Amino acid sequence: MKLRRIGSAVAGAVALALVVTGCSSSTPQTTASSIASAASSVASAGQSVASAAQSAAGSALSSAKSSVAGAVSSAVAGAVADSQVLTHAGDGKVTVGIKFDQPGLGLKNPDGTFSGFDVEVAKYVADQLGVKPDGITFVESKSAEREGLIERGEVDYIVATYSITDARKEKVNFAGPYFIAAQDLLVKSDNTEITGPEAMAGKILCSVTGSTSAQKVKDNYAADVALQEYGTYTECVEALRSGAVDAVTTDNVILAGYAAQYPGELKVVGKGFSVENYGIGLKKGDTAGTAKINAAIASMIASGAWRQALDDTVGSDFNVTVTPTPTS
Amino acid sequence: MDFSFVTDPRYDLLGAFWMTVQLTFWSAIGSFVLGVILAAMRVSPVPLMRSFAGGFVNIIRNIPLTLIIIMMSQVVANQLGLRLAVREAGVNPQAFLNSQNFRLAVLGFIIYTSTFVCEAIRSGINTVPPGQAEAARAIGLRFTQVLGIVVLPQAIRAVIAPLGSVLIALTKNTTVASAIGVAEAAALMVTLQENESDKPTEVFLVVAAGFILLTLPTGLIFGAFAKKYQVKR
Repeated sequence: MKLRRIGSAVAGAVALALVVTGCSSSTPQTTASSIASAASSVASAGQSVASAAQSAAGSALSSAKSSVAGAVSSAVAGAVADSQVLTHAGDGKVTVGIKFDQPGLGLKNPDGTFSGFDVEVAKYVADQLGVKPDGITFVESKSAEREGLIERGEVDYIVATYSITDARKEKVNFAGPYFIAAQDLLVKSDNTEITGPEAMAGKILCSVTGSTSAQKVKDNYAADVALQEYGTYTECVEALRSGAVDAVTTDNVILAGYAAQYPGELKVVGKGFSVENYGIGLKKGDTAGTAKINAAIASMIASGAWRQALDDTVGSDFNVTVTPTPTS
Repeated sequence: MDFSFVTDPRYDLLGAFWMTVQLTFWSAIGSFVLGVILAAMRVSPVPLMRSFAGGFVNIIRNIPLTLIIIMMSQVVANQLGLRLAVREAGVNPQAFLNSQNFRLAVLGFIIYTSTFVCEAIRSGINTVPPGQAEAARAIGLRFTQVLGIVVLPQAIRAVIAPLGSVLIALTKNTTVASAIGVAEAAALMVTLQENESDKPTEVFLVVAAGFILLTLPTGLIFGAFAKKYQVKR
Protein backbone atom coordinates (compact mmCIF):
# COMPACT_ATOMS: atom_id res chain seq x y z
CA MET A 1 0.00 0.00 0.00
CA LYS A 2 2.71 2.42 1.09
CA LEU A 3 4.95 1.43 -1.82
CA ARG A 4 2.15 1.96 -4.29
CA ARG A 5 1.57 5.45 -2.94
CA ILE A 6 5.23 6.39 -3.33
CA GLY A 7 5.23 4.94 -6.82
CA SER A 8 2.26 7.03 -7.84
CA ALA A 9 3.85 10.13 -6.33
CA VAL A 10 6.99 9.60 -8.41
CA ALA A 11 4.89 9.02 -11.51
CA GLY A 12 3.05 12.25 -10.73
CA ALA A 13 6.31 14.17 -10.40
CA VAL A 14 7.55 12.84 -13.74
CA ALA A 15 4.27 13.78 -15.38
CA LEU A 16 4.55 17.27 -13.88
CA ALA A 17 8.08 17.69 -15.25
CA LEU A 18 6.77 16.61 -18.65
CA VAL A 19 4.01 19.18 -18.55
CA VAL A 20 6.33 21.93 -17.35
CA THR A 21 8.86 21.39 -20.10
CA GLY A 22 6.43 20.54 -22.86
CA CYS A 23 3.63 23.03 -22.27
CA SER A 24 4.75 25.96 -24.36
CA SER A 25 5.74 24.01 -27.46
CA SER A 26 3.21 25.18 -29.98
CA THR A 27 5.12 25.51 -33.26
CA PRO A 28 4.61 22.33 -35.23
CA GLN A 29 7.97 22.34 -36.98
CA THR A 30 9.81 21.91 -33.71
CA THR A 31 7.68 19.21 -32.14
CA ALA A 32 10.48 16.71 -32.61
CA SER A 33 12.99 18.74 -30.66
CA SER A 34 10.53 19.59 -27.92
CA ILE A 35 9.66 15.92 -27.53
CA ALA A 36 13.37 15.23 -27.34
CA SER A 37 13.84 17.84 -24.63
CA ALA A 38 10.83 16.50 -22.75
CA ALA A 39 12.39 13.07 -22.91
CA SER A 40 15.65 14.40 -21.55
CA SER A 41 13.78 16.10 -18.74
CA VAL A 42 12.20 12.79 -17.83
CA ALA A 43 15.69 11.37 -17.70
CA SER A 44 16.82 14.21 -15.49
CA ALA A 45 13.77 13.81 -13.28
CA GLY A 46 14.91 10.26 -12.76
CA GLN A 47 18.38 11.52 -11.97
CA SER A 48 17.03 13.98 -9.47
CA VAL A 49 15.10 11.28 -7.64
CA ALA A 50 18.26 9.19 -7.48
CA SER A 51 20.48 12.02 -6.38
CA ALA A 52 18.07 13.42 -3.82
CA ALA A 53 19.28 10.72 -1.44
CA GLN A 54 22.91 11.66 -1.92
CA SER A 55 22.09 15.39 -1.98
CA ALA A 56 24.28 15.89 -5.02
CA ALA A 57 25.38 19.34 -6.08
CA GLY A 58 22.68 20.99 -8.18
CA SER A 59 25.03 22.60 -10.65
CA ALA A 60 26.58 19.31 -11.66
CA LEU A 61 23.14 17.91 -12.34
CA SER A 62 21.91 20.86 -14.34
CA SER A 63 25.02 20.84 -16.50
CA ALA A 64 24.51 17.14 -17.09
CA LYS A 65 20.95 17.90 -18.11
CA SER A 66 21.91 20.64 -20.51
CA SER A 67 24.56 18.46 -22.13
CA VAL A 68 21.97 15.72 -22.59
CA ALA A 69 19.55 18.23 -24.09
CA GLY A 70 22.28 19.61 -26.33
CA ALA A 71 23.25 16.18 -27.56
CA VAL A 72 19.65 15.28 -28.29
CA SER A 73 18.83 18.50 -30.11
CA SER A 74 21.95 18.35 -32.27
CA ALA A 75 21.05 14.78 -33.13
CA VAL A 76 17.61 16.01 -34.18
CA ALA A 77 19.11 18.79 -36.24
CA GLY A 78 21.09 16.15 -38.09
CA ALA A 79 24.34 16.84 -39.88
CA VAL A 80 24.05 20.62 -39.94
CA ALA A 81 26.53 23.16 -38.63
CA ASP A 82 26.62 24.36 -35.02
CA SER A 83 24.73 27.58 -35.59
CA GLN A 84 20.97 27.06 -35.74
CA VAL A 85 20.24 30.63 -36.82
CA LEU A 86 22.81 30.62 -39.64
CA THR A 87 21.64 27.22 -40.86
CA HIS A 88 18.04 28.37 -41.00
CA ALA A 89 19.04 31.69 -42.54
CA GLY A 90 20.88 29.72 -45.21
CA ASP A 91 17.57 28.02 -46.06
CA GLY A 92 15.99 31.48 -46.31
CA LYS A 93 13.72 31.03 -43.30
CA VAL A 94 14.06 32.26 -39.73
CA THR A 95 11.69 32.14 -36.75
CA VAL A 96 11.89 35.19 -34.52
CA GLY A 97 10.42 35.67 -31.05
CA ILE A 98 8.93 39.10 -30.36
CA LYS A 99 6.42 40.62 -27.95
CA PHE A 100 2.87 40.81 -29.31
CA ASP A 101 1.47 43.29 -26.80
CA GLN A 102 3.93 46.15 -26.44
CA PRO A 103 2.97 49.29 -28.35
CA GLY A 104 5.95 50.86 -30.12
CA LEU A 105 8.19 47.81 -29.63
CA GLY A 106 6.51 44.59 -30.61
CA LEU A 107 2.82 44.68 -31.41
CA LYS A 108 0.58 42.33 -33.36
CA ASN A 109 -1.88 44.50 -35.23
CA PRO A 110 -5.52 43.52 -35.71
CA ASP A 111 -4.83 42.79 -39.40
CA GLY A 112 -2.11 40.26 -38.47
CA THR A 113 0.89 42.44 -39.33
CA PHE A 114 3.57 43.30 -36.83
CA SER A 115 4.94 46.68 -35.93
CA GLY A 116 7.39 48.16 -33.49
CA PHE A 117 11.06 48.86 -32.99
CA ASP A 118 11.91 45.26 -32.04
CA VAL A 119 10.18 44.09 -35.21
CA GLU A 120 12.23 46.51 -37.32
CA VAL A 121 15.46 45.32 -35.68
CA ALA A 122 14.45 41.70 -36.23
CA LYS A 123 13.72 42.39 -39.91
CA TYR A 124 17.01 44.25 -40.43
CA VAL A 125 18.99 41.45 -38.81
CA ALA A 126 17.18 38.87 -40.94
CA ASP A 127 17.93 40.93 -44.02
CA GLN A 128 21.63 41.03 -43.13
CA LEU A 129 21.57 37.25 -42.68
CA GLY A 130 20.18 36.96 -46.20
CA VAL A 131 16.54 36.26 -45.35
CA LYS A 132 13.77 38.04 -47.25
CA PRO A 133 10.91 39.61 -45.22
CA ASP A 134 8.47 36.85 -46.26
CA GLY A 135 10.89 34.24 -44.93
CA ILE A 136 10.47 35.53 -41.36
CA THR A 137 8.00 33.84 -39.04
CA PHE A 138 7.18 35.89 -35.93
CA VAL A 139 6.10 34.02 -32.82
CA GLU A 140 5.09 35.42 -29.46
CA SER A 141 7.74 35.18 -26.75
CA LYS A 142 6.34 36.20 -23.38
CA SER A 143 8.90 37.27 -20.80
CA ALA A 144 8.86 34.05 -18.78
CA GLU A 145 9.02 31.81 -21.87
CA ARG A 146 11.98 33.35 -23.64
CA GLU A 147 14.77 31.09 -22.33
CA GLY A 148 12.69 27.98 -22.97
CA LEU A 149 11.87 28.95 -26.54
CA ILE A 150 15.55 29.42 -27.31
CA GLU A 151 16.73 26.30 -25.51
CA ARG A 152 14.23 24.07 -27.30
CA GLY A 153 15.17 25.67 -30.59
CA GLU A 154 11.63 26.84 -31.33
CA VAL A 155 12.93 30.27 -32.28
CA ASP A 156 16.19 31.21 -34.00
CA TYR A 157 16.53 34.48 -32.14
CA ILE A 158 14.49 36.70 -29.84
CA VAL A 159 14.10 40.47 -30.06
CA ALA A 160 11.65 41.22 -27.24
CA THR A 161 12.82 43.94 -24.80
CA TYR A 162 15.19 41.24 -23.59
CA SER A 163 17.48 42.78 -20.97
CA ILE A 164 20.97 41.28 -20.82
CA THR A 165 21.52 39.86 -17.32
CA ASP A 166 24.04 37.44 -15.88
CA ALA A 167 21.37 34.92 -14.88
CA ARG A 168 20.04 34.85 -18.44
CA LYS A 169 23.54 34.55 -19.91
CA GLU A 170 23.72 31.16 -18.19
CA LYS A 171 21.03 29.90 -20.53
CA VAL A 172 21.29 31.89 -23.76
CA ASN A 173 23.76 33.86 -25.85
CA PHE A 174 23.19 37.58 -26.26
CA ALA A 175 24.04 39.68 -29.27
CA GLY A 176 23.92 43.42 -28.84
CA PRO A 177 22.90 45.50 -27.01
CA TYR A 178 20.84 46.98 -29.81
CA PHE A 179 19.10 49.44 -27.51
CA ILE A 180 19.91 50.98 -24.17
CA ALA A 181 16.79 51.77 -22.23
CA ALA A 182 16.55 53.62 -18.97
CA GLN A 183 13.90 53.09 -16.38
CA ASP A 184 11.52 56.02 -16.15
CA LEU A 185 8.17 57.14 -14.74
CA LEU A 186 4.87 57.71 -16.53
CA VAL A 187 2.58 60.29 -14.88
CA LYS A 188 -0.46 62.38 -15.74
CA SER A 189 0.39 65.37 -17.91
CA ASP A 190 -0.75 67.89 -15.29
CA ASN A 191 1.40 66.31 -12.58
CA THR A 192 4.22 68.67 -11.61
CA GLU A 193 4.92 67.09 -8.24
CA ILE A 194 6.69 63.95 -9.48
CA THR A 195 9.94 65.07 -11.06
CA GLY A 196 11.96 61.91 -10.57
CA PRO A 197 12.17 58.70 -8.57
CA GLU A 198 13.13 60.59 -5.39
CA ALA A 199 9.80 62.41 -5.42
CA MET A 200 7.85 59.15 -5.13
CA ALA A 201 7.84 59.10 -1.30
CA GLY A 202 4.32 58.67 0.00
CA LYS A 203 3.02 57.99 -3.53
CA ILE A 204 1.66 54.87 -5.17
CA LEU A 205 3.78 53.39 -7.94
CA CYS A 206 2.46 50.78 -10.36
CA SER A 207 4.34 48.02 -12.14
CA VAL A 208 3.65 44.49 -13.33
CA THR A 209 3.79 41.51 -11.01
CA GLY A 210 7.31 40.15 -10.64
CA SER A 211 9.02 43.03 -12.40
CA THR A 212 12.16 44.34 -10.80
CA SER A 213 11.69 47.97 -11.85
CA ALA A 214 9.32 48.99 -9.06
CA GLN A 215 11.51 47.23 -6.53
CA LYS A 216 14.49 49.28 -7.74
CA VAL A 217 12.69 52.56 -7.05
CA LYS A 218 11.84 51.37 -3.55
CA ASP A 219 15.36 50.13 -2.80
CA ASN A 220 17.38 52.93 -4.34
CA TYR A 221 15.33 56.13 -4.31
CA ALA A 222 12.26 56.28 -2.13
CA ALA A 223 11.79 53.78 0.70
CA ASP A 224 8.39 55.30 1.45
CA VAL A 225 6.90 54.49 -1.94
CA ALA A 226 3.97 52.08 -2.07
CA LEU A 227 3.94 49.46 -4.81
CA GLN A 228 0.81 48.37 -6.63
CA GLU A 229 1.25 45.39 -8.94
CA TYR A 230 -1.03 44.41 -11.80
CA GLY A 231 -0.75 41.70 -14.39
CA THR A 232 -0.09 43.98 -17.37
CA TYR A 233 1.11 47.52 -18.02
CA THR A 234 -2.20 48.33 -19.69
CA GLU A 235 -3.93 47.81 -16.34
CA CYS A 236 -1.35 50.05 -14.66
CA VAL A 237 -2.00 52.75 -17.26
CA GLU A 238 -5.77 52.47 -16.68
CA ALA A 239 -5.22 52.80 -12.92
CA LEU A 240 -3.02 55.82 -13.56
CA ARG A 241 -5.70 57.46 -15.71
CA SER A 242 -8.35 56.88 -13.03
CA GLY A 243 -6.03 58.30 -10.36
CA ALA A 244 -5.73 55.10 -8.32
CA VAL A 245 -1.95 55.14 -8.72
CA ASP A 246 0.36 58.16 -9.04
CA ALA A 247 2.93 56.80 -11.49
CA VAL A 248 3.80 53.78 -13.62
CA THR A 249 7.39 52.63 -13.93
CA THR A 250 9.26 50.51 -16.45
CA ASP A 251 11.69 51.13 -19.30
CA ASN A 252 11.28 54.57 -20.92
CA VAL A 253 10.83 53.19 -24.42
CA ILE A 254 7.83 51.12 -23.30
CA LEU A 255 6.32 54.08 -21.43
CA ALA A 256 6.78 56.27 -24.49
CA GLY A 257 4.50 53.89 -26.39
CA TYR A 258 1.72 54.38 -23.82
CA ALA A 259 2.23 58.14 -23.61
CA ALA A 260 1.80 58.22 -27.39
CA GLN A 261 -1.52 56.36 -27.04
CA TYR A 262 -2.90 59.09 -24.76
CA PRO A 263 -1.35 62.32 -26.01
CA GLY A 264 -1.98 65.27 -23.72
CA GLU A 265 -3.13 63.01 -20.92
CA LEU A 266 0.02 61.11 -19.95
CA LYS A 267 3.70 62.02 -20.09
CA VAL A 268 7.05 60.39 -19.41
CA VAL A 269 8.94 62.24 -16.69
CA GLY A 270 12.18 61.92 -18.69
CA LYS A 271 14.63 61.43 -15.86
CA GLY A 272 16.05 58.05 -16.76
CA PHE A 273 17.63 55.93 -14.09
CA SER A 274 19.06 52.38 -13.99
CA VAL A 275 20.27 51.24 -17.41
CA GLU A 276 18.74 48.24 -19.21
CA ASN A 277 20.67 46.75 -22.13
CA TYR A 278 18.34 45.11 -24.65
CA GLY A 279 20.02 42.21 -26.41
CA ILE A 280 19.07 39.70 -29.06
CA GLY A 281 18.90 36.27 -27.48
CA LEU A 282 19.98 33.17 -29.36
CA LYS A 283 21.14 29.66 -28.62
CA LYS A 284 23.77 29.26 -25.92
CA GLY A 285 27.22 28.73 -27.40
CA ASP A 286 26.35 29.93 -30.89
CA THR A 287 29.32 32.26 -31.26
CA ALA A 288 29.20 32.38 -35.06
CA GLY A 289 25.56 33.46 -35.03
CA THR A 290 26.19 35.99 -32.25
CA ALA A 291 29.03 37.59 -34.21
CA LYS A 292 26.92 37.73 -37.37
CA ILE A 293 24.00 39.39 -35.54
CA ASN A 294 26.34 41.82 -33.77
CA ALA A 295 27.68 42.87 -37.17
CA ALA A 296 24.11 43.33 -38.40
CA ILE A 297 23.23 45.57 -35.43
CA ALA A 298 26.40 47.61 -35.91
CA SER A 299 25.56 48.13 -39.56
CA MET A 300 21.98 49.09 -38.71
CA ILE A 301 23.19 51.78 -36.31
CA ALA A 302 25.92 53.03 -38.67
CA SER A 303 23.62 53.22 -41.68
CA GLY A 304 21.05 55.37 -39.89
CA ALA A 305 18.33 52.74 -40.32
CA TRP A 306 18.39 52.30 -36.55
CA ARG A 307 17.46 55.92 -35.80
CA GLN A 308 14.94 55.87 -38.63
CA ALA A 309 13.25 52.76 -37.20
CA LEU A 310 13.15 54.39 -33.76
CA ASP A 311 11.54 57.55 -35.20
CA ASP A 312 8.96 55.51 -37.10
CA THR A 313 7.92 53.32 -34.19
CA VAL A 314 8.58 54.97 -30.83
CA GLY A 315 8.43 58.55 -32.07
CA SER A 316 10.92 61.16 -33.23
CA ASP A 317 10.67 63.07 -29.96
CA PHE A 318 12.08 60.10 -28.08
CA ASN A 319 15.39 61.23 -26.64
CA VAL A 320 18.16 58.66 -27.05
CA THR A 321 20.68 59.26 -24.29
CA VAL A 322 23.17 56.55 -25.24
CA THR A 323 23.59 54.93 -28.64
CA PRO A 324 24.50 51.28 -28.06
CA THR A 325 27.65 49.54 -29.31
CA PRO A 326 27.11 45.81 -29.76
CA THR A 327 29.91 44.03 -27.90
CA SER A 328 28.75 41.12 -25.78
CA MET B 1 18.40 21.01 -9.81
CA ASP B 2 19.30 24.05 -7.76
CA PHE B 3 16.78 24.94 -5.06
CA SER B 4 18.95 27.52 -3.29
CA PHE B 5 16.34 30.26 -3.82
CA VAL B 6 14.07 28.56 -1.26
CA THR B 7 16.26 29.79 1.60
CA ASP B 8 17.18 33.11 -0.05
CA PRO B 9 16.13 35.90 2.35
CA ARG B 10 15.03 38.04 -0.63
CA TYR B 11 12.08 35.72 -1.24
CA ASP B 12 9.56 35.35 1.54
CA LEU B 13 8.25 31.93 0.52
CA LEU B 14 6.55 31.23 3.86
CA GLY B 15 5.04 34.70 3.94
CA ALA B 16 3.63 34.26 0.45
CA PHE B 17 2.00 30.95 1.33
CA TRP B 18 0.76 32.44 4.61
CA MET B 19 -0.97 35.09 2.50
CA THR B 20 -2.52 32.30 0.42
CA VAL B 21 -3.77 30.67 3.63
CA GLN B 22 -5.21 33.98 4.88
CA LEU B 23 -6.96 34.64 1.57
CA THR B 24 -8.39 31.11 1.62
CA PHE B 25 -9.47 31.36 5.27
CA TRP B 26 -11.41 34.62 5.07
CA SER B 27 -12.86 33.83 1.64
CA ALA B 28 -13.97 30.40 2.86
CA ILE B 29 -15.78 31.83 5.88
CA GLY B 30 -17.40 34.59 3.85
CA SER B 31 -18.47 32.36 0.99
CA PHE B 32 -19.90 29.75 3.38
CA VAL B 33 -22.08 32.38 5.04
CA LEU B 34 -23.14 33.95 1.73
CA GLY B 35 -23.58 30.51 0.17
CA VAL B 36 -25.94 29.37 2.94
CA ILE B 37 -27.95 32.58 2.60
CA LEU B 38 -28.17 32.13 -1.17
CA ALA B 39 -29.21 28.48 -0.78
CA ALA B 40 -31.88 29.49 1.73
CA MET B 41 -33.13 32.12 -0.70
CA ARG B 42 -33.23 29.61 -3.54
CA VAL B 43 -35.57 27.29 -1.61
CA SER B 44 -37.58 30.05 0.07
CA PRO B 45 -41.32 30.48 -0.57
CA VAL B 46 -40.80 34.10 -1.73
CA PRO B 47 -40.58 34.17 -5.57
CA LEU B 48 -38.53 37.39 -5.63
CA MET B 49 -35.85 35.91 -3.38
CA ARG B 50 -35.82 32.69 -5.37
CA SER B 51 -35.34 34.43 -8.67
CA PHE B 52 -32.76 36.88 -7.30
CA ALA B 53 -30.62 34.11 -5.83
CA GLY B 54 -31.04 32.00 -8.96
CA GLY B 55 -30.02 34.88 -11.19
CA PHE B 56 -27.06 35.80 -9.00
CA VAL B 57 -25.73 32.24 -8.94
CA ASN B 58 -26.17 31.65 -12.64
CA ILE B 59 -24.55 34.93 -13.64
CA ILE B 60 -21.62 34.95 -11.23
CA ARG B 61 -20.52 31.34 -11.62
CA ASN B 62 -20.38 31.75 -15.39
CA ILE B 63 -17.96 34.69 -15.22
CA PRO B 64 -14.26 33.75 -15.19
CA LEU B 65 -12.71 34.41 -11.78
CA THR B 66 -9.85 36.45 -13.24
CA LEU B 67 -12.42 38.82 -14.68
CA ILE B 68 -14.19 39.20 -11.35
CA ILE B 69 -10.97 39.90 -9.45
CA ILE B 70 -9.67 42.42 -11.99
CA MET B 71 -13.12 44.01 -12.07
CA MET B 72 -13.05 44.36 -8.28
CA SER B 73 -9.83 46.39 -8.52
CA GLN B 74 -10.15 48.21 -11.85
CA VAL B 75 -13.88 48.92 -11.90
CA VAL B 76 -15.27 48.68 -8.37
CA ALA B 77 -12.29 50.30 -6.61
CA ASN B 78 -10.60 52.48 -9.22
CA GLN B 79 -13.55 53.67 -11.28
CA LEU B 80 -16.43 53.53 -8.79
CA GLY B 81 -14.24 54.56 -5.86
CA LEU B 82 -14.99 51.81 -3.36
CA ARG B 83 -12.55 52.06 -0.45
CA LEU B 84 -12.19 49.11 1.91
CA ALA B 85 -9.32 50.65 3.85
CA VAL B 86 -8.48 54.13 5.09
CA ARG B 87 -5.64 56.02 3.45
CA GLU B 88 -4.11 58.34 6.02
CA ALA B 89 -2.35 61.41 4.71
CA GLY B 90 1.38 61.63 5.30
CA VAL B 91 1.75 57.92 5.98
CA ASN B 92 3.32 55.43 3.57
CA PRO B 93 0.32 54.25 1.55
CA GLN B 94 1.69 50.70 1.31
CA ALA B 95 -0.33 49.50 4.30
CA PHE B 96 -3.47 51.05 2.80
CA LEU B 97 -2.77 49.40 -0.57
CA ASN B 98 -2.09 46.02 1.00
CA SER B 99 -5.33 45.92 2.99
CA GLN B 100 -7.32 47.45 0.15
CA ASN B 101 -6.11 44.84 -2.36
CA PHE B 102 -6.44 41.99 0.13
CA ARG B 103 -10.02 42.92 1.00
CA LEU B 104 -10.98 43.47 -2.62
CA ALA B 105 -9.61 40.04 -3.47
CA VAL B 106 -11.42 38.40 -0.55
CA LEU B 107 -14.65 40.12 -1.57
CA GLY B 108 -14.22 38.87 -5.13
CA PHE B 109 -13.52 35.32 -3.97
CA ILE B 110 -16.55 35.40 -1.64
CA ILE B 111 -18.85 36.52 -4.45
CA TYR B 112 -17.50 33.85 -6.80
CA THR B 113 -17.14 30.90 -4.41
CA SER B 114 -20.46 31.47 -2.63
CA THR B 115 -22.28 30.45 -5.82
CA PHE B 116 -20.58 27.05 -5.74
CA VAL B 117 -21.24 26.71 -2.00
CA CYS B 118 -24.89 27.58 -2.66
CA GLU B 119 -25.25 24.89 -5.30
CA ALA B 120 -23.51 22.30 -3.11
CA ILE B 121 -25.84 23.05 -0.21
CA ARG B 122 -28.87 23.05 -2.45
CA SER B 123 -27.96 19.56 -3.60
CA GLY B 124 -27.64 18.66 0.08
CA ILE B 125 -31.14 19.98 0.73
CA ASN B 126 -32.40 17.63 -1.95
CA THR B 127 -30.99 14.66 -0.02
CA VAL B 128 -33.25 15.46 2.97
CA PRO B 129 -36.49 13.49 2.53
CA PRO B 130 -39.43 15.86 1.90
CA GLY B 131 -41.33 14.15 4.71
CA GLN B 132 -39.02 15.83 7.21
CA ALA B 133 -39.89 19.33 6.09
CA GLU B 134 -43.58 18.39 5.89
CA ALA B 135 -43.51 16.98 9.42
CA ALA B 136 -41.74 20.09 10.68
CA ARG B 137 -44.35 22.29 9.08
CA ALA B 138 -47.12 20.11 10.48
CA ILE B 139 -45.99 20.74 14.07
CA GLY B 140 -46.20 24.48 13.34
CA LEU B 141 -42.61 25.55 12.60
CA ARG B 142 -42.11 28.63 10.41
CA PHE B 143 -40.04 28.48 7.21
CA THR B 144 -36.89 29.79 8.92
CA GLN B 145 -37.30 27.21 11.66
CA VAL B 146 -37.92 24.36 9.23
CA LEU B 147 -34.77 25.34 7.36
CA GLY B 148 -32.56 26.23 10.31
CA ILE B 149 -33.51 23.46 12.74
CA VAL B 150 -34.49 20.54 10.53
CA VAL B 151 -33.31 20.76 6.91
CA LEU B 152 -30.00 22.68 6.82
CA PRO B 153 -28.20 20.72 9.57
CA GLN B 154 -28.86 17.50 7.68
CA ALA B 155 -28.15 19.08 4.31
CA ILE B 156 -24.77 20.45 5.34
CA ARG B 157 -23.75 17.15 6.90
CA ALA B 158 -24.48 15.51 3.57
CA VAL B 159 -22.30 17.87 1.55
CA ILE B 160 -19.13 18.09 3.67
CA ALA B 161 -17.11 16.27 1.00
CA PRO B 162 -18.31 18.47 -1.90
CA LEU B 163 -17.66 21.56 0.25
CA GLY B 164 -14.12 20.23 0.72
CA SER B 165 -13.73 20.16 -3.05
CA VAL B 166 -14.97 23.74 -3.21
CA LEU B 167 -12.43 24.71 -0.53
CA ILE B 168 -9.59 23.02 -2.44
CA ALA B 169 -10.66 24.84 -5.61
CA LEU B 170 -10.78 28.09 -3.63
CA THR B 171 -7.24 27.54 -2.29
CA LYS B 172 -5.94 27.17 -5.82
CA ASN B 173 -8.11 30.01 -7.11
CA THR B 174 -6.44 32.45 -4.69
CA THR B 175 -3.50 32.54 -7.14
CA VAL B 176 -5.65 34.87 -9.23
CA ALA B 177 -5.25 37.55 -6.53
CA SER B 178 -1.75 38.22 -7.84
CA ALA B 179 -3.47 39.90 -10.81
CA ILE B 180 -4.34 42.84 -8.54
CA GLY B 181 -1.09 42.83 -6.60
CA VAL B 182 -1.75 40.68 -3.54
CA ALA B 183 1.60 39.25 -2.50
CA GLU B 184 0.60 35.57 -2.41
CA ALA B 185 2.31 32.46 -3.71
CA ALA B 186 1.64 33.00 -7.42
CA ALA B 187 2.94 36.58 -7.26
CA LEU B 188 6.12 35.30 -5.65
CA MET B 189 6.38 32.67 -8.39
CA VAL B 190 6.32 35.39 -11.05
CA THR B 191 9.02 37.30 -9.17
CA LEU B 192 11.09 34.14 -8.89
CA GLN B 193 10.74 33.48 -12.60
CA GLU B 194 11.97 36.98 -13.34
CA ASN B 195 14.94 36.88 -10.98
CA GLU B 196 15.84 33.19 -11.24
CA SER B 197 15.15 32.86 -14.92
CA ASP B 198 17.77 30.12 -15.25
CA LYS B 199 15.78 27.67 -13.10
CA PRO B 200 12.10 27.81 -14.11
CA THR B 201 11.46 24.11 -13.49
CA GLU B 202 12.64 24.33 -9.90
CA VAL B 203 10.43 27.37 -9.26
CA PHE B 204 7.36 25.56 -10.62
CA LEU B 205 8.09 22.45 -8.58
CA VAL B 206 8.51 24.39 -5.32
CA VAL B 207 5.28 26.37 -5.75
CA ALA B 208 3.36 23.27 -6.85
CA ALA B 209 4.66 21.38 -3.82
CA GLY B 210 3.52 24.22 -1.57
CA PHE B 211 -0.01 24.04 -2.90
CA ILE B 212 -0.11 20.26 -2.63
CA LEU B 213 0.98 20.60 1.01
CA LEU B 214 -1.96 22.94 1.57
CA THR B 215 -4.68 21.11 -0.35
CA LEU B 216 -3.87 17.43 0.26
CA PRO B 217 -4.55 17.64 4.03
CA THR B 218 -7.70 19.66 3.31
CA GLY B 219 -9.05 16.82 1.19
CA LEU B 220 -8.12 14.17 3.76
CA ILE B 221 -9.63 16.14 6.67
CA PHE B 222 -12.87 16.85 4.85
CA GLY B 223 -13.09 13.21 3.73
CA ALA B 224 -12.74 12.06 7.35
CA PHE B 225 -15.29 14.62 8.56
CA ALA B 226 -17.72 13.59 5.85
CA LYS B 227 -17.50 9.99 6.99
CA LYS B 228 -17.86 10.93 10.64
CA TYR B 229 -20.81 13.28 10.35
CA GLN B 230 -22.79 11.80 7.49
CA VAL B 231 -26.47 11.22 8.19
CA LYS B 232 -27.06 7.49 8.29
CA ARG B 233 -30.27 6.64 6.55
